[in-house]
Formats: sequence, C-alpha cells, structure tokens
Amino acid sequence: MNTPSIRTLQQKSVQYRRTLLSMIKRANTGHTAGSLSSVDILNVLYNRIMDVTPANFDDVVRDHYIQSKGHSVEALFTVLADAGFYPAAELDTFSRGGSHWVGHPTRKVRGVEHNTGALGHGLSVAVGLALGMKKDGLPHRVFTLLGDGELAEGSNWEASMTAAHYKLDNLTVIVDRNDLQITGLTEEVMALEPLADKFRAFGYAVREVNGNDIPELVEALEGVPFAAGKPSLLLAHTVKGRGISFIENVAAWHHHVPSDEEFRLALSELDQAEAALNGAHR
Amino acid sequence: MKLGRANLDEFGATVLALAEKDRDVLVVTSDSRGSGKLTPFGKALPDQIVEVGIAEQNLVGIAAGLTAAGKKVFAVSPACFLTARSLEQIKNDVCYSNWPVKLIGISAGVSYGALGSTHHSLHDFAVLRAIHNVTVVAPADNFETRAALTSALDYPAPVYIRLGKRPMYDLHEPDAHFEFGKAIVLRDGPDVTFVATGETVILALQAADKLAEEGIRCRVISMHTVKPLDEAALLAAARDSKALVTVEEHSVMGGLGGACAEVLLQAGVHVPFRIIGIPDEYTMTGSQEEIFRHYGITPEGLAQTAVGLLAVAAVD
Repeated sequence: MNTPSIRTLQQKSVQYRRTLLSMIKRANTGHTAGSLSSVDILNVLYNRIMDVTPANFDDVVRDHYIQSKGHSVEALFTVLADAGFYPAAELDTFSRGGSHWVGHPTRKVRGVEHNTGALGHGLSVAVGLALGMKKDGLPHRVFTLLGDGELAEGSNWEASMTAAHYKLDNLTVIVDRNDLQITGLTEEVMALEPLADKFRAFGYAVREVNGNDIPELVEALEGVPFAAGKPSLLLAHTVKGRGISFIENVAAWHHHVPSDEEFRLALSELDQAEAALNGAHR
Repeated sequence: MKLGRANLDEFGATVLALAEKDRDVLVVTSDSRGSGKLTPFGKALPDQIVEVGIAEQNLVGIAAGLTAAGKKVFAVSPACFLTARSLEQIKNDVCYSNWPVKLIGISAGVSYGALGSTHHSLHDFAVLRAIHNVTVVAPADNFETRAALTSALDYPAPVYIRLGKRPMYDLHEPDAHFEFGKAIVLRDGPDVTFVATGETVILALQAADKLAEEGIRCRVISMHTVKPLDEAALLAAARDSKALVTVEEHSVMGGLGGACAEVLLQAGVHVPFRIIGIPDEYTMTGSQEEIFRHYGITPEGLAQTAVGLLAVAAVD
C-alpha cells in the first residue's frame, strides 16, 4: 500500500466533507455534525493506519473497524466508497427506500463489519474480535470509534473492564470527544469528566489529540499500542460540525439538514478550505 | 423410559466433546460456569472458556465479536438474564448483524423456581419469536439437547437453546432424527394431540398414558423448535384430532401456544384448543414441580384439560 501524504489526507478530508454533506442534502436526512467531527479520524484510519481493503475484507486476518457511534454513518460510507468498497454512485441512494445505504451501518454494505446504531454496543463486539485475534496469535488490530454521549451507556464500561482484564493491546478505542450530544453539552446532560482519568482507571493507556488535526491523528495512531499489555484509548478532541462555520458547536445540527442556502454556503467554505490548503503547499 | 441426566449436564458434556475436537469452539460465561455445568470444561480447556464476569450485555456483544473473528461461540448465561438484560445485544449484535452465536439459556423457565420471578424466564419464547433471524429451541431430553447443540455448531445463523436443571427421561430411540424446525411425533392417536416443548413433553406423554387407560388415544408431539414452527406437523395434527392442547414452561402469552394459534386460525383450521403454560399473573414460587402442579402442568391436569376439550368437541 502506498502511503498517502499528510497533504493528500487533508485534501481528502475536504472532499469527504463535500461528499457527506451532499449525501445528507440529497437524502434530506442525516447526522450532519457528528459525521463532520469524526470524518478526519476515519480518513486517517482507512487511508494511513489500517490494513483493510476490498481485496482482504472477506478474510479475518486483517485489521478491523467497528463504528460504535453508528449515527455518523455518512462519514463511514463516504470513506468506504473512496477506499473502493463500492462505486461512489451508491451514495446517491443513501436513505432511499430499499437502499442498503441506510441511516446506520449495516453489513449489507460492503466494508461495514458490524451493524450498529443502538449506542453502547460496538465496544463489546470490538473486544470480542480483539480477543479472538489474540487467541489465534494474529498480529492484526481492532479499532473502534465511540461517541462521547454514548459513554453514558454502562455496557461501555463492562467492555472496558474486559479489555483491560484480557490485556488487549491489539485494541484501540477512539472517542470522538466533541462535547455535544443531541440535547446539548455532554457535561450538562450527563457529566463525563474527568474522562481521561476514568479511562486510565479502567486500565487503558490513554493519549489525547486534536481529533480534527491530521498530523496529530497520524502520529498518535501510528503509535498504537500506547503501552504493552494495555488497550489503547485515544481521546480525540474534535469540534462537532467541524469545517462548516455555522454548524460548528451547535447542538441542533446533530441531526439537521442544511437548507439550500446553507448548503451553498457550506460548499463555498469547503472550496475556500481547499484553496487555502493548496495555497499553503504551493 | 430411562431417567437420563439434567439437560444442563448433557450440555456441559456435549460442548466439552465438541470443543475437544475443534479449538475454534469457545464458551463465554458471565460468572455462570458452575450453574452452566462448565467447571470440567474450564479445567480441561482453559484457553477455550472466556469469562466476562457478571455482565450479560457484554457477554453477548463479545460473543458476536468472537464469532466475527471466526470462532464458534456458545454464550452461556441464565435464560432469565440472557434474554432480558442482553435482549438488545441479541437483537442487534447477533441477529441483525447475523453472527451465528449459539445462545445458551441455562436454568430456563422456572428451573430456578424458588428464587422468585427475577430468576424465571417465562418471556424468552415471546421476545425471541418477535426478533428476526434466530432459531428458538427447547430440548425435551438428553438426546434432543445433544442433537440441538451439535446442529447449532455449524449452523449458519443464530440459535437460542434453553435448558433446565432437572434430570429428564430419555424419550427417543437412539436413531431418532433431529432437525431444527421439524417436530418429532413421539406417539400417535386419533383423539387428542398434545403439542409440547422442552421439559413439559414428558408430562404430555404421561398424560397420554393416563388417557389411554380411559380409551382416549393421543398424539404427542415434541415441538423442540418453537421458531421456526413446524407448521405442517401442527396442521396435520389439528386436522387429524378432535382436540389440541399446547404445553410449555412459559407464559401463555406469545409462546408455543400463541404460535400454534396464529398458524391454525390463519389456515382456517378449527379444533377445540387450549394453551397450557404459566398464566399472566404474579407467578407463585417454589420448585419447578410445585409451580407446575400449582398451574395444572401435570399429567393429571393435562389429561383433565383434554377430557374437557373432548366434551366440547362432542357438543360441536
């Protein structure tokens, strides 16, 4: 696999935002803000970190990804299309009656490993996968992405205990810490802090990064496991709605579709971001 | 009939034998290896047993993940917790995601009768029947237990098997044929059909013995697979009989009896019909036998129900 440069990844992130916003606009439904906060993480995982391709997908012997925060499926579908799992034209069917590209991940879509959507499920499944790979002595890793709001589900903490108990250093848990959930700030709905300390206490080796910064994500994820004999926890501080000024940090955009005018503005902001990126590297 | 062992003991021995032949066979337990009769398994094959502690949601999610990693996984937990506490994991992580986990509900029904309703599973048929992509099985004896487990091993879809604690009589010839979704006719007769499942099948057979003394000849069907139901066997029995009684260690709502009623009525087959199970009330507690007796789930009670239905049939 040829390793894409940081700049290529940054360009992809802009294009992914364009694609996922177009999907949501066309379908007139979708989880806009969470997809924008997490898409940089997925970009780095699929293009730089994980050994998962359409060619090896049917084999267990490869890296694995479970998206526990299933509502950010638009980001996942966008990245999988770019990775060649299916033609990008399939994204036009998103949320259409009878399409497999529904509002949460399902295995009917090639590249999706597990059906999610109900929160607090992905980590247990990822722990099972990581344990199974360890039992077979496989060197491959399991990655899972959790939302911060979903951490109120107790099953996450059951699974965390198991991950530490079985010393699953082939497991990397990434938390999309955008501080918002559908009702408002996580700290007002159900306080999570001190979150890094909680994860440390549960037995993870913890690192914190800016989860919308490609170089920081690459550096951190290339460094897993963070400690031998421990599961890795990457607390990725992100901005919900990242990349579109009027969507950033506004709870109402959790599941909100841009108007025609907002969509035009969003695309123009992305054009500017792309121009700035190209200018910076000229 | 020879008295065998508890279906749970048969489970422990069978799954150990399967795992000794195949290192991909794993059991996952939630502090339940003792009640699941898996202590010998844990000693013999420590690398093939996964303990998750008292965390049933996690148990089922991990079982799905291990299956995704290519393992053949028996997820073992008391039926009362497995099918209630972890119902969403069963629905989404196992059934919807289509990982062929073998869900083993131990000490099912009122096996833990005296421990109170927290420990009863009288809802499991009903809730699992309404979830797509799971086969629901209640073995009646050691043979059916062994056959169900062996069939589940490489079955390409999720299976739920519920097992009890009480020693069971051997009901089958050693060469009997077991297949998910295919009822086994244990006895034939033209008057009354008992369609029973799990640990109540023996009671239906004993009721048939009593009725035979009065010249009433019964068909007794072991409907070991509650879902998918063997509709053909049921419809044939209803057409051939003057009355039909269903028997189960489950609520009378949504279980075997409800499933049979759905099939019969929609097929336009009308026969005097009763559902025998645990009524919709604050369940009395006691041993499984005491609870069965309280609710008329006994050879005498079933025979009496059948005689009453035959009287209705005669008037019609």
